[in-house]
Amino acid sequence: MSSNVLRFTTAGNVDDGKSTLIGRLLVETQGAFEDQIEGAKRENERRGGKGIDFSLLTDGLRAEREQGITIDVAYRYFATPRRKFIIADAPGHEQYTRNLVTSASNSDLAVILIDALNGIMTQSRRHAFIAHLLGIRHFIVAINKMDLVDYRRERYEEIRRDFTNFIDRLGGAAIYCVPISALEGDHVTEPSTRMAWYTGPRLLDLLETIEVDDQQHKLHFRFPIQLVSRPPASPDFHDFRGYMGRVASGSIRVGDHVVVLPSRARTSVTGILTKDGPLQEAFARQSVTLTLADDLDISRGDVLSCEPQPAQVRTEFKATLCWMSERKLHLNHRYALRHTTKTVRAIINEIDYRLNVNTLERESPVLELQTNDIGQVRIKTLQPVVCDPYSVNRQTGGFIIVDENNDTVAAGMIEEN
Amino acid sequence: MNQPWTQLRELESESIYILRETVAQFRNPVLLYSIGKDSSVLVHLARKAFYPGPLPFPFLHVDTGYKFKEMIEFRDRFTKEIGARLIVHRNEDAIAAGAHPLKLGVARCCGQLKTAALLHALDKYQFDAAIGGARREEERSRAKERVFSLRDAFGQWDPRRQRPELWSLYSGAITEGETMRVFPLSNWTERDIWQYIVQENIPVVPLYYAKERLVVRRNGTLIPADDSMHLKDGEVPEKMWVRFRTLGCAPCTGAVASCAATLEEIAEETVLAKISERSTRIIDHGANTMEDKKREGYF
Repeated sequence: MSSNVLRFTTAGNVDDGKSTLIGRLLVETQGAFEDQIEGAKRENERRGGKGIDFSLLTDGLRAEREQGITIDVAYRYFATPRRKFIIADAPGHEQYTRNLVTSASNSDLAVILIDALNGIMTQSRRHAFIAHLLGIRHFIVAINKMDLVDYRRERYEEIRRDFTNFIDRLGGAAIYCVPISALEGDHVTEPSTRMAWYTGPRLLDLLETIEVDDQQHKLHFRFPIQLVSRPPASPDFHDFRGYMGRVASGSIRVGDHVVVLPSRARTSVTGILTKDGPLQEAFARQSVTLTLADDLDISRGDVLSCEPQPAQVRTEFKATLCWMSERKLHLNHRYALRHTTKTVRAIINEIDYRLNVNTLERESPVLELQTNDIGQVRIKTLQPVVCDPYSVNRQTGGFIIVDENNDTVAAGMIEEN
Repeated sequence: MNQPWTQLRELESESIYILRETVAQFRNPVLLYSIGKDSSVLVHLARKAFYPGPLPFPFLHVDTGYKFKEMIEFRDRFTKEIGARLIVHRNEDAIAAGAHPLKLGVARCCGQLKTAALLHALDKYQFDAAIGGARREEERSRAKERVFSLRDAFGQWDPRRQRPELWSLYSGAITEGETMRVFPLSNWTERDIWQYIVQENIPVVPLYYAKERLVVRRNGTLIPADDSMHLKDGEVPEKMWVRFRTLGCAPCTGAVASCAATLEEIAEETVLAKISERSTRIIDHGANTMEDKKREGYF
C-alpha cells in the first residue's frame, strides 16, 4: 500500500540557499499563489532588491525576523499530478538540532543542500547523521549554487564522491545526487542547458519518483488503543464495545488472533468498523475501530499485537535521547514518558555516552545532557511500555519526555538491548 | 471493502487520529464551528472518528452578528440534522455598542467580536481544548503552527512556548487556566479540502457556489452588498457572477468572479487558482497581521 504523499525534510546551512530552493519549488509547482509572490516581490523591493526573492516566500514569523533567528520547523505544501508533498523545513541555525530531529521524525526522505562553493561543511554531515539517526533512509544531495562554480562538473563530482562516502558509512541509505542552482533554476523543476554533462533526473523528478515504500506496512501488527467506544444502545448497536485507534504498523484481518499487551490476554478480531462500512482488512496508518471476541479489560494505552511476533513489554531500556529543553537533564528525576497512546512515569538513571554530532565520536563519562545534545541513556519506567526498537519500528519505538512544567524536554528512540 | 489508499484517505486517517487524541486527553473539548467549508470537513471527520458513537463534544459558533444569513440558515439546519449540540456565543456588549469594521477598523472589530467573544466563551463553559479547522497552508504565520497549540491563561499564543511534535505524539498536558487549540486539518490544503468535499459529497453553504450576486468593488475586493452593508460615498452595487472562496463576516469577506456552480467545478477552479484564498479576507491585510491576531488569541 504505497502512499502518494511524500513527507520530506530539508536541511542545510544558513546561507546555502534552502529558502530559495523551497520558494522556487513552491512557485514552479503553483504551491505559491500570485498574491503571495507579489507580496514577496514588494517586500524585496522595499529592502532595495529587484524582482522576486524566493526566500521571502518562506519567511517565517515577524518575531523571528525581528530577532534574526528561526525558531521553528515550518510546514510547506505543494503538489504535482503525481504526488502531494509535505515539506518539514528545519532551520539551518547551529543551535537547532532539535528542529531537525522534529522534522525528521515524520519524514521519509531528506534533501541535504550543499553549497558548491563552500563544499561540505560540518553541518552538512551533522544534518545527514541526524536524519539517518531518526530513521530516514532516502537522501537527495542537492549540490547547489553551481552557478558560482561555473557549472563545473569536477566540483560536483568531488563533493558528490565525498558526501556519498559519508552517508554510505552510516549504512543502509539510498543516495541520489543532483547539481542545481536554486537561484537560476537549473535542474530544480526545469532542465539546464548549462550542465549538459549531467543527464540524470532533475530534483523534482527525484521527489516525484523515489519510492520510499511504506516500511510501517511491512512490519508486524501493532495497534495502540486510543479510546474505548461504548455508545448508548441503538437498534444497530446494543451493548457495543469497540477499540478505536490507528494501525501503527502491519495489517489485521477479521478473524486474526491478537494478544493484548501488557496484560498478555489473547483474543481474536471479530470486526473492523468504519463509518463507511465494515472492512475485512486494515493496514498501517488506517484509523479504524476493532471489535474483539472476548470481553477483556482493555483501556487506552494498551496495544493489540499479532500473536507470533508480539511487541516487547519493558520497564527498563536503553534509548538515544535528543535533549531539547533549555533546562538540562536531571538524572533520577521524575519525568513523564509519552509513548504511542500511553503516558508513564520514568526516570533516566544513567548516561552511557554523549554523541559528538560533528565528529560522531562517543564521549563518556558525561554527567548531563544539555539543549541539542544527543546521547544514549538508560531509562526505568514505573509502568510497562509496549514497544519495539526504533530501528525496527518508528511508531512504536519513539517517545517524548515531558517535565513537571508540561514542557516536552526530549525526544527518544528505544534501542535494542 | 477497502478503497484505494489515496492522499485524501491518508489525511482523513491522520485527522481522525488527532480528533480521538483530543477526546482522550482533554476533559471538556469543543469544536469551533465557523460554518465554512473547513468546518464542514472537520465535522464530517469527527462523525467518522467517533462512529458508531455520538459526537463527544458540542459545537461552538462565535457569532459576530455580521455573518451572511445563508450561513446562519445552513448552520441551524445542518446541526439539527446531525443532532449536534450547538452553542452560539456573541459579544453582546460590543454588538449593542455598534461594533463595525468601518467604525472601529478591522483589527479592533475582529478583536471584540471574534477574539474576545471566543476567549469569553471558552472561559464561560470551561472548555480546555478548542478544535478548529485552520490549516498551515492558509497563511504564512500558520506554517509553523502545531497540531496541539498551547494558549496561556489569557488565550495568547507564544511561539517560543510551543512544543515540538514528533511522530504521532501530541502532548495535551496543560495546567490550570491554560487551553489547547487543536488543528486536525493542519496538513490539508485548500485543494485537498475541495477534492474531499466532492469525494464525500459533504454539504457546504450555498455561498460557495457561483451565482449572480450584488457586489461593490472596494480596494480591489468584491464585497457583497446585502442589507447590512454601509455603502461608502460613490459606491454603486453591481450584479456579477461571483462565489466565495472563504466565508467570514459580510462586511469583510470578498467574493471572487466565478461561474463554478457545482462542487466539481469548484474543485477544478481551486486546482487552477492563481490567487490565495486568504486574499479575499480583509482581516489578513493591513498592519495588524494574522500573527498579531494569533498572539492575542484569535484562531
